Amino acid sequence: MTAVEAHNLRKVFGELVAVDNVSFTVEEGEIFGFLGPNGAGKTTTINMLTTLIKPTAGSARVWGYDIVDEPEKVREVIGLSPQELTVDDELTGYENMMLHAALYHVPRDEARRRVKEILELLELERFANKKVESYSGGMKKRLEIGCSLIHYPKVLFLDEPTLGLDVQTRAAIWNYIRTLVREKGVTIFMTTHYMDEADNLCDRIAIIDYGRVKAIDTPSRLKSSIGGDLVELEVSEVNGPIGEKLRTLPGVVDVVLDNERAVVKVVRGEEVLPAMISVLIREGVSVRRVEMKKPSLEEVFLSLTGRKLRDENGVKEEIARRTIAIRRARA
Amino acid sequence: MIARASEVSAIASREIKKWYRSPILLFMTTIQPLLWMSLYGKAFNLTGMFRIPEDILKQLPPESTARFAAIMNEILSRFFGASDIDFFSYIAVGMMGVILLFTSMSSGMSIAWDRRLGVLNKLLVAPISRSSIILGKVISAIIRGVTQSLLVMLIGLALGMRLRVSGLVELLIAVLALALLGASLSSLIISVTIRLKSWEHHIAVSNLLTLPLMFTSSALYPVTLMPEWLRTVAAINPLTHGIEVLREVLLLGASFNSQAMLWHLSILTIFASVATLLGIYLSNIALRKM
Repeated sequence: MTAVEAHNLRKVFGELVAVDNVSFTVEEGEIFGFLGPNGAGKTTTINMLTTLIKPTAGSARVWGYDIVDEPEKVREVIGLSPQELTVDDELTGYENMMLHAALYHVPRDEARRRVKEILELLELERFANKKVESYSGGMKKRLEIGCSLIHYPKVLFLDEPTLGLDVQTRAAIWNYIRTLVREKGVTIFMTTHYMDEADNLCDRIAIIDYGRVKAIDTPSRLKSSIGGDLVELEVSEVNGPIGEKLRTLPGVVDVVLDNERAVVKVVRGEEVLPAMISVLIREGVSVRRVEMKKPSLEEVFLSLTGRKLRDENGVKEEIARRTIAIRRARA
Repeated sequence: MIARASEVSAIASREIKKWYRSPILLFMTTIQPLLWMSLYGKAFNLTGMFRIPEDILKQLPPESTARFAAIMNEILSRFFGASDIDFFSYIAVGMMGVILLFTSMSSGMSIAWDRRLGVLNKLLVAPISRSSIILGKVISAIIRGVTQSLLVMLIGLALGMRLRVSGLVELLIAVLALALLGASLSSLIISVTIRLKSWEHHIAVSNLLTLPLMFTSSALYPVTLMPEWLRTVAAINPLTHGIEVLREVLLLGASFNSQAMLWHLSILTIFASVATLLGIYLSNIALRKM
């Protein structure tokens, strides 16, 4: 089953096109990520899919229900964990969960059972009766996700699930998200501006920039679209034949030689590397040092958009303008 | 229907829990009516002006004294409902109404906070009726307001307020009037503020509304003392009608004017219904537009 399908989804705030004819599908049981910088239109897309705002044009279905014509049906089958922490500091974890249970019409006895189950899954059961104000950032986020699971949603929307959390906590949250998919079969639609998060967690990624989808694929295929890994070999000497020999190896795309260095662009470098070294040894060249660089999503983003995801210097003002305009429009 | 009721009670109970767990908030919202009551009510003895001091009375012949006393009592009855009413009790009851104004303000504010913290979005993606969100806020405002109003009454009693309630029915009418007043004021404030995006705007608007609503009501002085134009304003201010019902049933004992009381209670009921429907209608529009 297709969990989410969007066709030319578009949202315009005044003169700003926040989301520009975005189309994609998310399959059941998948972790699908929207990767892009701030102001790219990620949250606006989530807001449309979760029925908070109406699209200017285009259409989308969530679990088969149209987001504009059947918003009530959509709300029954989705959960949302927004960017902000919305759990109530002054209530306990248990009370927060029970509040959500009531909002989703889960009968009380059933709700008690589910709260116990979900708190165990998220390893929060020891803190169930403590006020949320005593929780750490990571615990609050877990509780937030837990609250949006109480009605066993088919599709869970996670907007920047690890924003502002430290490295260990982020890794822990990723594990919880994987557990949810494995044990509850929930489909995840998430947004992130962290490369490593998209790479580690998502089955498929849509790279989004200025409201447009630039590419959709699995992280590994996106990375291999760059054309291969870069293998850098420091050698005793560089002569004509080694360049020719290296080029004949399977998967090698390009070889650049300079004084005592050979830089080889190669698909699946880890498999070709041993062959490269034996070629060099056969040619009487000794290898002093080897370094292999896997292409990261950073390079993918760079090649698709012509700029780095983090390096927003050149377009800082434009990004800030977009972010502010979108925030203002949806506040 | 049952589903709607449970949505409303879930939203209301969240507010109530937050409220009774922060006694500081309860204290802060009670303190202003208490100041009015104890400073203005005790110092500015409006009814005392109509009582002739003993030493002046002694200078008059007994028959004139009786005439004067009758005239003064007549004035007091006309303005305050009874000749033996004291101004502190009069103001204390006024403040029982005014505190609902303060608690209602904070229920309007809680929507602004929910919006800012993203809680409102969470409520909006849940499969609940949009009206339930507003009704939950109104109901919690009523519960908080009535409780704090009764608290003001207890403090008033400790400070010398003289209650004359003829029976349990009258006491229940007082609680009903407080509930209707809470519904009127909180819905009114939600209607005005639902479109405001920030809590800073909320504070500005709340401050702008509080004093005019208080001064154009009969909280501090009788409507009969007001100039004609102010009387008109007071007549459309729900605070006036709520406070008048309270004064009839709480201060006048068995001698209260049941006709006047029923008149004020009916207007209050109509106001509460219209304001609640208006609040739901306007907020449905505002929440849909997000």
